[in-house]
Amino acid sequence: MKYWRKPLDADTIKVPHGKIYVVREQCKGCSFCVEYCPKDVLELSQEFNKKGYHPPIAVREEDCVSCGLCELICPDFAIYAELIEEGETTEETPKKTDKTEKAEV
Amino acid sequence: MTKPAAHLETAIVEQDTHPMADLLRMDRMPHIWCSGCGLGTGLTCFIMALKETGIPEDKVAVVSGIGCTGRVAGYLNLDSFHTTHGRGIPFATGLALANPDLRVVVYSGDGDLVAIGGNHFIHSARRNMDLLVICVNNFTYGMTGGQAGPTTPISAKASTAPYGSYDYPFNIPYLAIASGATYVARWTSLHMRRLKNSMREALPKKGFRVIEIICPCPTAFARKNRLGSGLDLMKHYHDNSIIKHGADPREADIDMNGKVVCGTFLDIERPTFRDFQTENIATQLGGE
Ligand code: SF4
Ligand code: SF4
Ligand code: SF4
Repeated sequence: MKYWRKPLDADTIKVPHGKIYVVREQCKGCSFCVEYCPKDVLELSQEFNKKGYHPPIAVREEDCVSCGLCELICPDFAIYAELIEEGETTEETPKKTDKTEKAEV
Repeated sequence: MTKPAAHLETAIVEQDTHPMADLLRMDRMPHIWCSGCGLGTGLTCFIMALKETGIPEDKVAVVSGIGCTGRVAGYLNLDSFHTTHGRGIPFATGLALANPDLRVVVYSGDGDLVAIGGNHFIHSARRNMDLLVICVNNFTYGMTGGQAGPTTPISAKASTAPYGSYDYPFNIPYLAIASGATYVARWTSLHMRRLKNSMREALPKKGFRVIEIICPCPTAFARKNRLGSGLDLMKHYHDNSIIKHGADPREADIDMNGKVVCGTFLDIERPTFRDFQTENIATQLGGE
């Protein structure tokens, strides 16, 4: 007996995609987000923030499904994901341009 | 410098872009809580739950007592008050009685709520006061250096119990239900979504509601008991918590090696203090 079937709308459903933002100076390097991200998107970086912690970076950001779990589990309000609307690119989110700088790793 | 590969760029942003920045006093961040402390996760769930209920911000007040959890009132950008030790509930009772439209939340720790403020807790439950009490239980007095508290499990070490505690601890859901609470739930800080849903469910209700959050304290409790980091404790909760809605609270004791029973233990309605007060005054004054 088969317990699964292909969903009827499988060809119209699109997997959501997210972009990750890190408030680097607020992170305390607990790695909750790294451990519990269901898509293994995150890793702690080698860099230190001012307090001496290693904030996370999105090493597989293309796999992020914008589930919001990292935002919910982070005890330090230091990470969040934003859903990328279809047609948008990940390059630059306009409303963030003044606040956003790229981290080089 | 060469440009890094596109997939290795992560956007670094300022704190005020965070989606919860409107409900937090961002000028006080980063908060004082230790790395791996679960208090921040519980607060995140509370903010999300509050947003989901749609209750206007000026119709919510949050009151805390003293302790690591007591800082919550100071970090929330709401009407909030940081009271003296154990006195969150009496302060909140005044708020709730004077302003029946206000959703009043007492957000504090186990030591503050069931030891120093223990009498307020049981009597407020007995009266069925319109309060939501969020009690973060990390089994110790974290802020003052890890003394044994009212919830420290038997045999757990503490700075005042170097050979292990031998006082029976309070089982908070059992205490709350026996005292008269109408909504009682327990989650660990790993059950973020369930905790958030519980808070969302309890926020608009009437009567005395209690949500206990089992929370890692890596600095005091875990260090004294060699339990590892905050992450190790989250993994421990993953392996050792069982969800059992409607469980008998007498079976929800927590000991050092046993299971942590989570879920909604009770969700009933009974007349609140305010219901009786309104009815009584109407009867006494002959309906005028
Ligand atoms: S939003 Fe979800 S998938 Fe994306 S990084 Fe966060 S936890 Fe991982
Ligand atoms: S959960 Fe938050 S504080 Fe912990 S490592 Fe991730 S971003 Fe940093
Ligand atoms: S002492 Fe314990 S409860 Fe207090 S902030 Fe540190 S880890 Fe959290």
